[in-house]
Amino acid sequence: MVANAISNVATGARSKSIAAVGPYLKSFSIVIVFVVISAFFAVANEYFMTWLNWVNLLRQSSINGVLAIGVTFVILTKGIDLSVGSVMALAGMIAASLVTSTNQHFVLWAIVAGLGTGAALGLLNGVIVTAFNVPPFVATLGMLSMARGLTLIFSDGRPVPNLSESFRWIGGGSVAGVPVPVLILFLVFAIGWVVLSYTTFGRYVYAVGGNDKAAKTSGISTRTVIASTYVISGLLAGLAGLVLTSRTTAALPQAGIGYELDAIAAVVIGGTSLAGGRGSLVGTLFGALIIGTINNGMDLMGVSSYYQQLLKGAIIVVAVMLDQFRK
Amino acid sequence: MLLSTGSNPEGHGKNAAPGPRDEPLLVADGIAKSFNGVPALRDGRLVLKRGTVHALCGGNGAGKSTFLNIVMGLLHRDEGSIRIDGMAVDFRSAADALRHGVTIITQELSPVPEMTVAENIYLGREPKIGGLVVDFPKMRQAAKRLLDDLEFDVPVGARMRDLSLAQIQLVEIAKALSHRADIVIMDEPTSAIGEHEVHILFNALKRIKARGSAIIYVSHKLTEIFEIADEYTVFRDGRFIESGAISSIDRNHLVTQIVGHEVKTVEKGKPNEGAPILLEVRSLSRGSHFKNISVTVAAGEVLGIYGLLGSGRTEFLETIYGIHAPTAGDVFLDGARVDPGNPKKCIQRGMAMVPEDRKDTGLVLCASIAHNIALSSLALRAVSGFVRRKAEAAATDRMMRLHRIKAASPNVPVETLSGGNQQKVVFARCLLTNPRLLICDEPTRGIDEGSKQEIYAFLREFAAKGNGVLVVSSEAPEILQISDRIAVFRQGRLDHVVDGHETTQQMLTDLAS
Repeated sequence: MVANAISNVATGARSKSIAAVGPYLKSFSIVIVFVVISAFFAVANEYFMTWLNWVNLLRQSSINGVLAIGVTFVILTKGIDLSVGSVMALAGMIAASLVTSTNQHFVLWAIVAGLGTGAALGLLNGVIVTAFNVPPFVATLGMLSMARGLTLIFSDGRPVPNLSESFRWIGGGSVAGVPVPVLILFLVFAIGWVVLSYTTFGRYVYAVGGNDKAAKTSGISTRTVIASTYVISGLLAGLAGLVLTSRTTAALPQAGIGYELDAIAAVVIGGTSLAGGRGSLVGTLFGALIIGTINNGMDLMGVSSYYQQLLKGAIIVVAVMLDQFRK
Repeated sequence: MLLSTGSNPEGHGKNAAPGPRDEPLLVADGIAKSFNGVPALRDGRLVLKRGTVHALCGGNGAGKSTFLNIVMGLLHRDEGSIRIDGMAVDFRSAADALRHGVTIITQELSPVPEMTVAENIYLGREPKIGGLVVDFPKMRQAAKRLLDDLEFDVPVGARMRDLSLAQIQLVEIAKALSHRADIVIMDEPTSAIGEHEVHILFNALKRIKARGSAIIYVSHKLTEIFEIADEYTVFRDGRFIESGAISSIDRNHLVTQIVGHEVKTVEKGKPNEGAPILLEVRSLSRGSHFKNISVTVAAGEVLGIYGLLGSGRTEFLETIYGIHAPTAGDVFLDGARVDPGNPKKCIQRGMAMVPEDRKDTGLVLCASIAHNIALSSLALRAVSGFVRRKAEAAATDRMMRLHRIKAASPNVPVETLSGGNQQKVVFARCLLTNPRLLICDEPTRGIDEGSKQEIYAFLREFAAKGNGVLVVSSEAPEILQISDRIAVFRQGRLDHVVDGHETTQQMLTDLAS
């Protein structure tokens, strides 16, 4: 019972008001929002509740989900990562260049190269933020542009098509009826959740975001912790880039534009505070699912993409307004 | 009980001189307030007379803050009545209270750093030309007159960010007083200012009451209460306990009323002759903060550091603990040099630090009690990076019982705790790393008398086990009560080290100024 309560607090879902039940309420409310939105679309469109559609919906949410999980680590430390959309494009481009019909390498090398690119750019973000005291907004805004520039230079502005079949499996394959991107999302979520809830590093992430001075006084190497969150975010952006490139069966230089905004939206809808120190991956996962559900449901209803943008923005703001109101 | 008439020469008698009317300025009666069914205040009462300073006393959780928030219109009372000048009032907001001549000065400073002193004082009510353009010359003049009247030495044209903490506090006080309020509520106004500023502030208070206003004064520093207050009211557990003239009681009586029982003051043991040196600081300097300080702490010893705000005492502690790197000199623990500028290594070597400002540097406020207590020692109990939850829960439980931290559960956020309990959480966190040297910077700031004595007893006990304690305090009685030896800091230099058993308060303050 007590251990249960502790583990729930450890997921980071904390509420200011009634502390003992707060964590439950908070994790719960995002689920309720998800259920209500799903119920609406289920009534509006009979195809929505089919197994096939849900597999599709989860696959559509997986890239944003993976990005959002990485960004959650950064936001928990009171930072922000605007560069994930561009980083995923560059990582995807570099990986793709190793598995084309004219330049065929073993698929593992492409994966390592993609993940390495993401992690390296994340490390650069982290170093710029911690060692040079550049505000995260500025550092990652710069990286957003730089990584995009590198992608365009590397590809000469042209797509890289004709990827090997084994590489295309990452985004297009499935295991026992479950698409690989969905498996990747749940694997990343599980690892991330364990790291945040059960490791000292996870605890330090919350502490640094809650009060970096107190964390430092408590003997935590705050810079290392903060820099590490940017590496995680970059690494997962690299992973998302692999999935995206594989699914589109070609690396596009303009891939992932604006993806950072959906990722941040998922984190915020999920209840993670931009002020740091509060939040959870459970919230982020449902945040990503909510955005995915809205996109999917409106597609089914045949809502024009112009109106989809408008509605999605409004729903994000209202979701966070409700959250504030509840506090 | 002896009447300590000498302690308050110009106290009650003189100021009882009636204002325009004989009736009290403010009468609050039977005030009650509950939060979620839990009563925070059951029976709050206060009778405030014109031209007096009225000390509102009570421990943490006594209901003082709730009571003041109700008087200020920030909270709405469940029961009771408030009359000002005989008229029943029911304020709906702080602005409403201000219109009726009630203003508050809190511990929380809220300056706009990029604006000047004058702009801060008249923020939102700037004098204007033609209702549009701010009349800066007029504003500066008004601000200057205000500050001169109060004898606050603060330049009106300076930007707030260039001022010292004490000056900022004085500006906030001036701002509140500029409203020409009849009733001024002061909640711990001296927590951030030095003795010199306290003196200036008290002179200002005397002028304010001379013009017929009244002040409700809240402070945990009893010395101040006996210096400035005319009357007192004690709350305990949300209830009115007693009130009267401060000249008719002594310090012990007040403490007993606040705590609810007699408080035994902690006795120091004899210093242990020939004990090994635990901490040795050799010629430590850090820029302009402090220069060439050498001092030792023996095993079993409490070394007090006394000095005014800005004497370099805090920077000195933080440098020993590795938060700052020294510009010269070394620190040795158990005879081995400590790597400079690395708190993590200092903790591993057996140091722990209770910082000055628990909200700013001591605690992760939004995190739970358990997580805060475990923060410094997580790595000690972790297995390849994984937190051992059972061991952690056991350690947290043990610490909460040992330090009598009162909370519904270890999982409530520390921001919901009282100041005294928060400070105990900081202590608990420090002790879980099994330190041999405990460094404390103002360990009893802003906490009540009962909790203070618990902390003194704890520090003595900790030292008696063969550990060392290095403690900074700006309260002379406190430093005298707990220290074996006292190092007196003045303008970044260590001038004297005196014996803690033979020194008097007067000697100490003379040495420091």
